[in-house]
Amino acid sequence: MKLARVCGRVFCSAQEASVEDKKLLLIQPLDWDTGKENGSPLVAADCVGAGSGEKIFFVASREAIVAFQNCYEAGCGTTLPPVDAAIVGIVDGYQVEGL
Amino acid sequence: MFVAKVVGSVWATRKHPDLKGSKLLLVKPVEPITGAYAGATALAVDGGVGAGVGDTVLVLDEGGSARKVLKIDNAPVRTLICGVLDSVHSGGKDKKYA
Repeated sequence: MKLARVCGRVFCSAQEASVEDKKLLLIQPLDWDTGKENGSPLVAADCVGAGSGEKIFFVASREAIVAFQNCYEAGCGTTLPPVDAAIVGIVDGYQVEGL
Repeated sequence: MFVAKVVGSVWATRKHPDLKGSKLLLVKPVEPITGAYAGATALAVDGGVGAGVGDTVLVLDEGGSARKVLKIDNAPVRTLICGVLDSVHSGGKDKKYA
């Protein structure tokens, strides 16, 4: 799981039905050690209610879909959303001390 | 799985419901014999081994297995600490961690 900062929001007028009720945020991955930007921004689906400028952690690849499995099993949507990054937590603080 | 050192911890109040109560730690991959850092820091969930900052640990980096260890089917977890290293033996050399 990786650290990132929310830097924007993405809106689509036409999209896959199962993504329609998801909030899509633009996130900039950051380095855990230095807090500096690490790589290009990407679009992630939000499942915790993150807002602009907040530091978050996200899961990528297959695990992103797993984050929405509960919601799907509870009956929202007919298929799992096709996402490859999901925001799964808002970072209140972190400490790197053992380096 | 890879060998890493626990270098920090993360606190997050608002997180995915299936991550509630899990300990979030920062791990940095190390060379098993020399102990030198060898990669980027990642966030890992403690899979019940009680790892702490400074420990050298065994880290699992595969979602399916991680969820099996946690016994939570829908936990969005990929990186999981599944062991604390005592020692490594490789190429005729020994490295003790505990």
